[in-house]
Amino acid sequence: MFPSVDDVSARLAETGYLASRQVATTVFLAARLGKPLLVEGPAGVGKTELAKAVAEVTGSRLVRLQCYEGVDESRALYEWNHAKQLLRISAGRDETWDEARTDIFGEEFLLPRPLLTAIRGAEPKVLLIDETDKADVEMEGLLLEVLSDFQVTVPELGTITATRKPFVVLTSNAGRELSEALRRRCLFLHIGFPEEELERRIVRLKVPGLGEALAESVVRVIGALRAMDLRKVPSVAETIDWARTLLELGADTLDETVVRDSLGVILKHQDDVLKAAAKLDLDSL
Amino acid sequence: MSTPAGVTERLTGLVGALRAHGVRVGTGETVDAARAVEALGLADRELLREGLAATLLHGTGQRAVFDPVFDLYFPRGVGAPDGEPADRGDLRDRLAAALADDDRAALARLAAEAVDGLGGYGSSPESDGWSSYQTLDRLRPQTLLARVRGSVQERDGGVGFADRLLDDEIRRRIEAFRGLVATEARRRVAERRDRDEIARRAVAPTADRVDFLFANRAQLAELRRTVQPLARKLATRLAARRRRAARGTIDLRRTLRGSLSTGGVPLRPVLRRRRPVRPELVLLCDVSGSVSGFSDFTMLLVQALHDQFSKVRVFAFVNRIDEVTALLDHGRADPEGLSARIRSGATLTGWHGSSDYGVALGEFAERYGDAVGPRTTVFVLGDARTNMSDPNLPAVRHIAERARRVHWLNPEQRALWGTGDSAAPVYAELVEMRECRTARQLGDLVAGLLPV
Repeated sequence: MFPSVDDVSARLAETGYLASRQVATTVFLAARLGKPLLVEGPAGVGKTELAKAVAEVTGSRLVRLQCYEGVDESRALYEWNHAKQLLRISAGRDETWDEARTDIFGEEFLLPRPLLTAIRGAEPKVLLIDETDKADVEMEGLLLEVLSDFQVTVPELGTITATRKPFVVLTSNAGRELSEALRRRCLFLHIGFPEEELERRIVRLKVPGLGEALAESVVRVIGALRAMDLRKVPSVAETIDWARTLLELGADTLDETVVRDSLGVILKHQDDVLKAAAKLDLDSL
Repeated sequence: MSTPAGVTERLTGLVGALRAHGVRVGTGETVDAARAVEALGLADRELLREGLAATLLHGTGQRAVFDPVFDLYFPRGVGAPDGEPADRGDLRDRLAAALADDDRAALARLAAEAVDGLGGYGSSPESDGWSSYQTLDRLRPQTLLARVRGSVQERDGGVGFADRLLDDEIRRRIEAFRGLVATEARRRVAERRDRDEIARRAVAPTADRVDFLFANRAQLAELRRTVQPLARKLATRLAARRRRAARGTIDLRRTLRGSLSTGGVPLRPVLRRRRPVRPELVLLCDVSGSVSGFSDFTMLLVQALHDQFSKVRVFAFVNRIDEVTALLDHGRADPEGLSARIRSGATLTGWHGSSDYGVALGEFAERYGDAVGPRTTVFVLGDARTNMSDPNLPAVRHIAERARRVHWLNPEQRALWGTGDSAAPVYAELVEMRECRTARQLGDLVAGLLPV
């Protein structure tokens, strides 16, 4: 898939995803070792974006399974199309039981869900299992089978094995501790907040109109906010939002008024805003 | 496998050290790590570091253990840095320049030179070594702040808004340099002694496995940051326990009543409904110096869990007791200043400043006796060291009789209970006392003990 780590960085950068060394190395290894990639990290650092970017650079189809509380086999794996099966039965009244039975459990009546879709077919795919921590523990058992052997068993059809292993990315916000068994099957990647230099490049890439000096100040202020003990520290997404806001406001340098007026874009709790204002020596809000 | 000779041993040594620190690494992962080494090659050390971390680790907190261990098994260099040992003045000049430029490579080089030049002690082969403490004590990088600020401002002009952040940025860089020195000193020591031994002993464990009683400031700060995620995890676990508890018990009367429509055969079992009672929680915390780290952490954790309970009341004591629930108010959550706030806002000491469980518990039973009722679960947090005064067992008995449950969490290791002025054994006869030395233990205890 990728010849080297630098190749990963370069190709991801072409799609607009600037990867840190750590991210590029892990993606490279995941492709090389053929293991799923478990990505953890705070909200808004680009976990989901990573999967999309990998799909884009490898020319794969992105298959996405969004997890939520109560997601189950019929939403994740496959489901029989009951309505269609009933129609089929009532259409062929004079058939014998054997004919009907072999027919209604055929491909035509199978509704493949993301996990099955990702395994079937010869085209390259990236399987994104988003917010894995939201799913129930039972769901993990299902994932274990799929992720370790890349096969799915449908009782009526037999076992379907992947002809071409998908590149799997699981994301988690650490809302619930994922089971050790699932973690063991994956390469682990923690995407934290980027280094100053990388974040500056991200801002420049996403908000091209922003001046270099202003981008640098923005990143420095965000860095200072992250060092504070806030309830919700600003993430990369907030940095970009803020940069866009500043661009809209027409600011060419940061000053007290601008920061004070736009602090709401980066901080989402009133006590965080107050604390940050005190720390940044802003006049009272 | 075509990894160069010696790398396999290093890798297994690294895995062994990680295991000794409680990171669970299976053989499968070790094999994966070896494959990663093969795929990445040994030319770039940072690539190797990321590759091994990706294959061997399973969680975010483990990285703090992994990095120093990796630095020991795959060091940046061997032996002393090239050239003459530098003198202090010269080192400080170059350090100031590197800090001003935020030049990571130069900082790492300087750390190596500093340890080499300033950190050595002892002369005989058994007792000599390298000390990061001594290096930093002689080099005093923290005193360079003003100088670095000056040179940065001179270079950039220094009028922009972000320049008010400069001091903090430089402090962070200095802090990073201290880390580099510690890493370098460990490496030099490991060259002299047994590497496996150093990796097990000299690398700090992950924050959730540090003894509350011995945690330093940085570790306590790290712990405070884990409060919210831990609380979220515990809340899910509590919710799961509630769900399970709501199932299972059969309501016999309603099942039989329902069975009449099916000819007396109980086809559909009816489960007993649970009255949605949210339990009440009372926390009695010893906040005297010796155990305050433990109490602070637990108070914050319980506060973060407050929506799981109908009522949470927190009392703090040293030798007098006072209610501090209001001080823990969520909106004003300033975890760092918590103990200072408690100290200034509550009356905790009488004539002297050392803790006295007997008097404090007696005062609680007397003044706040009505805080404890049949729905209340009481947690007492403290080491039960009463400074030789009367443990006041009747007061404890009184509380235990009124409350639904009483749990005592003791941050001391069990072997020390009853030694010196500890009244732990006598209290343990009246209420359930459990050892709770680390954040990990606390998490498990809280998940298991909290009422649902």
